[in-house]
Parts: sequence; C-alpha cells; structure tokens
Amino acid sequence: MSSQSGVPPGGAAVLIDAVEKTYASRRGNVTALCPIDLAIEPGEFVSVLGPSGCGKSTLLRCLAGLEHISAGSIQLGDQPIDGPPEGLGVVFQRDVLFDWRNVLDNVLLPVEVRRLPRADWEARARSLLDLLGLAAFADRHPWELSGGMRQRVSICRALLLEPTLLLMDEPFGALDAMTRDELNLELQRIWLANAKTIFFVTHSIPEAVFLGDRVVVMSPAPGRIAEIIPIALPRPRDLDVRETAEFGAIVRHIRQVFKDMGVMASARERITVGA
Amino acid sequence: MRTLRVTIILAALFIGWEALVRLLGVPAHMLPPPSAVLAELLDQPQWYLMHTMSTLLTTLIGFGLALLVGVLAAIGIISSKWVENTLYTLLVSLNSIPKIALAPLFIIWLGTGLESKVAVSFLIAVFAIVIDAVLGLRSADPDALDLLRTLRGSRFQILFKVRFPNALPHIFSGMKVAVSLALVGAIAGEFVASQEGLGYVIVNAQSMFQTVRVFASIVLLGVTGTILFYLVDLAERLICPWHVSHRVEEARALSAQHG
Repeated sequence: MSSQSGVPPGGAAVLIDAVEKTYASRRGNVTALCPIDLAIEPGEFVSVLGPSGCGKSTLLRCLAGLEHISAGSIQLGDQPIDGPPEGLGVVFQRDVLFDWRNVLDNVLLPVEVRRLPRADWEARARSLLDLLGLAAFADRHPWELSGGMRQRVSICRALLLEPTLLLMDEPFGALDAMTRDELNLELQRIWLANAKTIFFVTHSIPEAVFLGDRVVVMSPAPGRIAEIIPIALPRPRDLDVRETAEFGAIVRHIRQVFKDMGVMASARERITVGA
Repeated sequence: MRTLRVTIILAALFIGWEALVRLLGVPAHMLPPPSAVLAELLDQPQWYLMHTMSTLLTTLIGFGLALLVGVLAAIGIISSKWVENTLYTLLVSLNSIPKIALAPLFIIWLGTGLESKVAVSFLIAVFAIVIDAVLGLRSADPDALDLLRTLRGSRFQILFKVRFPNALPHIFSGMKVAVSLALVGAIAGEFVASQEGLGYVIVNAQSMFQTVRVFASIVLLGVTGTILFYLVDLAERLICPWHVSHRVEEARALSAQHG
C-alpha cells in the first residue's frame, strides 16, 4: 500500500495472528474478539471501522500492550507484543492532557517518563507544535485551548519519540465536524511526510475511507473482521474526494456490509453514515 | 469589594451587640460589650500574644504532622490492598471515637507539655487529610494511567506524574477542614491540662468568672482560625492554579483581554 501511494517507509509491520480475547465474568466467559488475523504493512494507514461493542478498541488496547490476549500472537516488527512495546505512540479519544503542565511540557511528557535528556528533545517538540499550528501556544495551559487544539497537542505528544506505530482510538470523535475535517487533512499531511504505521479506530465511514489505505470493517458480538476493503483513491486526498463517485461507491458498499450484518437496522445511531 | 462587605457586616454586628448590652443593662460577667473586650485585649497585648502563639504553635505542628502522615498513609492505602484492609479500617473505626475523649489519655502518656496537645491536634486533623487524599489519588483519569503505561512509566512515575498532581486539589480541600480541626484539637488539649495557650486562658478565666477574658480569647481564636484557613487557600492558589475553581476567574480575564 505504502509504495502505491508513494510514501517513504518509516513504520513497522504489524502481524496480528489468530488473536482472541475473552473476559472472565461471573456469568461465564465473554468473548470480545474472535480469532482476528490481520497483516499491516510498514507505513500503512489502516482504518478500523465498526459499531460500539465490536471490539475495535479492545484490539487497539491489545496492540498497545494494555490488555493481555487470550490466544494467538501479535508482532510489531520482529518483536512479539507482551506489554507496551518500544516505538509506540497512542492518541486516545480524550486528549488526556495534564492541566498542571503547559502545552510544551505536555508534549515533552514521554521524554520525562523515559528519562531522556529534555534539552535534546525540546527543539523537536517545538517543531511538532509548529507543524500542527500551535507554535504560539507552547506556554499556554490545556484549559486555555479549544478541543481541536487540545487533540493536536496530544498528537504532538504521541509523535514526539518518533514512533514506528501510531495507535489512534477515535481521536476526532468528540470534535465538531469542521474541526474534524481539518484534523483529517492534517493527519494525512503528517503521515505523508513521515510514514508511520497508523492503526486508526473510528466509527465514521467517511473518515475511515478518507484516511485509510485499507478499511477493516468489524462486526460485533463477538468482535471479528467482516471485510477488508482496499482504498485506491490517489494521495494526497483533499476533502472534495468525498464528493466523487468512487468515494460514494465505497461508502455505499461499507454501509451495505453493516446492513447485511444487521447493524444498521438495529443500531442506526451507532454508525455515522453521512459525510 | 468583598472585604468591604465583610467589614460592614462585622461592624454592624459589633455595634448591635454593644447597643443591646448597654440598653438592656446586661451584667459584664454574663455578656461583656465588645468595647470591654477590645479594652481587655489592648490592656495586655503581650500576654495575649504569648498565649496565642503557644496555641498557634501546637496547631501548626499538629496540622503539619497530620498533613505528612495523612498523605503518606493515603499513598499506602491506594498502593496496597493489605494496607487498605488494615490501616484504613483502623482509621475509620478510630474516627468514630470522639477524639477529644482521648485527650486525658495523652496527658497520662505524654505529660502536660507540648507533646500531648500536639497529639490531640494531630489526631483530630489527620482523618480529614487521609479521606480527601485517598479520594484524590484514586480519582486519576484511567486514560492518563494507560498513557503512562504505554510510555512504560514505573509505578513511582505514575504516582508522582499523574496521581499526586491530580490529588492536590482534593488534598487542599482536606487541608482546609484539617487546619480548623487542628485548632480545635489544640484547644481541647489545653482545656484538659496546660499552663499556657488560649484554651488554658479560657478555662482559667471561666473559673474566676472573668467573662471578658473568655471573650477576648474567643476573638483571638476566631482571628487565628480565619488567618490559617486563608493561608491554606492562598497556598492552594499558588500551588495548583490549574484547578477549575480558580481558573474560571482567569479564563474570564483572558477572554476579556482577547474578546
């Protein structure tokens, strides 16, 4: 995929092999993930789409090493994932900024936690802030920023240590439509400039299609992959691509997949259909 | 503006009190007029200052110990199920005993000096700190804890980079309650056995029907308690300016600047 879209390699391959996840509860075991197989190429942008309860966030947490898998294996590069791996960046749905730190110190948090010399990284933190249009806000505190700006700061923090895998868990789900469009464009720009492998979880069909090299459609109860759809739209994509017939056809197809699994009928609100 | 309003209300209160006492001819040993209380304070300021300082010292040591021990205990309680089951349960049952009832015991154990009064002050204040510190340390955002874990942070880092700063506003609200309780504890200790402090002055004056002296001491206690409370409040504003209750004002100022 990455070679197709002319992206220089910079990410790690991810191999998800027969991964299962069950939770023990008082009423017996609950299966969150049926065997999942997925091979992600280095530098690929994979969108993961599905209704609530389909296990997409659980899968992301397994990739982050925050959940132990019940069966199967996950490899990042040539390392098996058992606990949070090296070279990982995570962006959560909520920005998780610390109010007691200013913007620059929030971005530099990973450097502090990893006990790296701050002086070596401050310039990179500032250039990331600059890249996301936040250069003037380095000394501000999170509560002085809008929701979109806050999420930009959290993206800077996730990118700081040059991760080879970026996990994003519905990062723009809480933002208004216009800010969301803007951040979709910026994320694409950042990824094109320096291809990380990105695992992007969303419940918006247009967002998944707009950003992804492939869209992994998941179905609920228990979570499994229903279909994997390659998106051959040329890069860089601008927002107008969403008006093209090709884009419309892919969105319609995905919607049909959801209808076939009975998701659209039973839970209309869970899936964002419109653009 | 607020200070002015408070001053006016206090002044009105004192004038009303003075007028009532004079009009109804209340005897001074029942209720002395504020002018007499003021005259009493001005008559021997050094003596009152000395006793106030003695009570203040007991209060500050008791409060300081309560803060230190309370926060450390809270860290222990949230870090270990075992400590929670033993220490926390013990603290809860201890708290249901009126601590003032323990004051005579401390006199037996520690004598009539500073130590026994500090012990009572500490014991009354510490619970408020533990409760709020445990609440604050526990209420850290689960996503923030996950973030630290994905950065491969240690338990120590999770405690000091996430849990502790998150708990600070809670700890400060516990401190505001605890500082007043520490003063109560100091006075209670002085009531039982002491040769100095405002609690001693009150008990001593009461036995000789020197009501004006009792009132002078109560006024000093009120002033001391108020000052201590606002010192904690000031410390909170300096140490955690990010907290919601403060930043509303700052955000307004900011939007006023820019809008």
